[in-house]
Amino acid sequence: MFLSNTVIGRPGDFAKDRTDPAREYHWPESLQYVPDWVYTSPEIYQREIERIFQGRTWNFVALEAEIPKPGDYKRSFVGPTPVVVSRAEDGSVHVFENRCAHRGAEFCRAPRGNAKEFICPYHQWSYDLKGNLQGVPFKRGIKKEGGGMPRDFKNEEHGLTKLNVATLHGVVFASFSADMEPIEDYLSPEILKDFEAVFKGRKLRILGYYRNELPGNWKLYHENLKDPYHATLLHSFLVTFGLMVAGSKNAMIADASGRHGTMASAKPESVEGVVDDASKKEMRAYREDLKLADGRFLNYVREFDSPWSVTMQTIWPNLIVQRELNTLGIRHIVPNGPHSMIMLWTMFGYEGDSEEMTRHRLRQGNLMGPSGFLGLEDNEAIKFVQEGVRRSPSQRGVLKLGGDREGTTTSLIDEAAIRAMYRHYREAMGF
Amino acid sequence: MYPGYDMPAADARETRELRLEIEEFHAAYCWTLDRGALEEWPEYFTDDAVYRITARENADAGLEVGLVYADSKAMIRDRAFAIQHTQMYAPRYLQHFVTNVRVLEARGDTIKAQSNYLLLQTLVDGPTTIHQSGRYYDTFMRERGRLLLKERQCIYDTVLIANDLVFPV
Repeated sequence: MFLSNTVIGRPGDFAKDRTDPAREYHWPESLQYVPDWVYTSPEIYQREIERIFQGRTWNFVALEAEIPKPGDYKRSFVGPTPVVVSRAEDGSVHVFENRCAHRGAEFCRAPRGNAKEFICPYHQWSYDLKGNLQGVPFKRGIKKEGGGMPRDFKNEEHGLTKLNVATLHGVVFASFSADMEPIEDYLSPEILKDFEAVFKGRKLRILGYYRNELPGNWKLYHENLKDPYHATLLHSFLVTFGLMVAGSKNAMIADASGRHGTMASAKPESVEGVVDDASKKEMRAYREDLKLADGRFLNYVREFDSPWSVTMQTIWPNLIVQRELNTLGIRHIVPNGPHSMIMLWTMFGYEGDSEEMTRHRLRQGNLMGPSGFLGLEDNEAIKFVQEGVRRSPSQRGVLKLGGDREGTTTSLIDEAAIRAMYRHYREAMGF
Repeated sequence: MYPGYDMPAADARETRELRLEIEEFHAAYCWTLDRGALEEWPEYFTDDAVYRITARENADAGLEVGLVYADSKAMIRDRAFAIQHTQMYAPRYLQHFVTNVRVLEARGDTIKAQSNYLLLQTLVDGPTTIHQSGRYYDTFMRERGRLLLKERQCIYDTVLIANDLVFPV
């Protein structure tokens, strides 16, 4: 069910999710509480778009492997803003708003393609692959009848709105802010390390796409991947089949700013000996008797320079890099109002993968995505949270695991990385 | 259109009985899924069956990824088991509707066909919604008189999924 199909408690039915410009927003006493209004308020959502997605952030827009040749383009988003990512004749990558400079039409409609130029279908204004205005039909009007643009109309003043672009190891980022730090500095050394394990020196081979609407606030997706506590509790599949258990080697890494994170774990060779009896009791899902009929798909082929078999990276504000054993992908978060986000998933392998390796990645893909054994549970849980915070008169959630520390932890039973994210968020938002 | 299924339909009169048999197969298959008897679901497939659900945008671009991807009956069995015993999701009812059956080719015990499908989902606190609109591209094998799926490609038009797809189609 899409958010738009909601019958009981439609968005706007409650004081919490109605617009109220007079309302003042004060954070509860500490980061051990999150106020519901960060998930429900239209004013807060609007401020997030302006200060975060259109502010000083690098936003994921594309993988270079999606636009390998000159003229290749992809329809994408920065926050909720539609943009086009295009590769020009000289090989350079450009990002501009998908909004005709004339009347505002969202001119690019195909998800991907190859073009020599972009033409708005409404009045045929044409733009080159860098977003510069090329042609305006009847610019000088029609003889006898007159009309046309004023004499002082200059094409160069009416191009598409261009964004700042950075590429790193085949990943394309864009920013509405012109004075951004280099992308490497933005990511920070802690995050760069696991990012490079996936992307550096590797040519990607795109395996395909998933898309879904997730009826929850966009920050809940970041929180979910900065919350290692849920992994062995919500995801019975992980525990049932021994992929991740309380007591195996894990880390929840946060960068110094608190905005990015890497949830990392090393798959135990065998669950026996790793899980003590007390932990088994805490994990309701743990069953020693269950085995897969076709266990191949959980195999881990070592192919990364990393001690971790799983790294889930949250790169602020809109990118998830998924390396779950050998299934690789990125998730692009498109915020869609306070109560909804669009998730765009791109799954990939590497150039030079054998046929068997590709099949292995495809089989393992059953873990992730909107039908994945892990992916679908996250989507359900996030939806439940949004419905709970939206419909109840209570005002806040609790983040007390691990006390009040913030940042990196090696325990699964901690919310320090979520608190670190909200420290950063409060600074960016000004409260 | 899907590679391997892009031939014109077989002569309708000659394959009328076969079409009826495939329609009966669909009805039984849907009845299994609609009442949630997932443990029976793998029994509609051959041991080496390929089962994939993927968006039309992937199928059209020749991309291999599956929302669900299984290349053995054992994997299909594992998915049935995982949904029944490990997965967390809100309660829901499903109804599958399969129509427009076209027999494409019948060679010995191998039959190719395509059909349209519609999946309606009802969450208990919401309206009944069209959760997925798609097309099956099927290869059936006749084993001991019974039709079994050797391949089922479920290609859906509903590219933007409403949150998730829990059960198979």
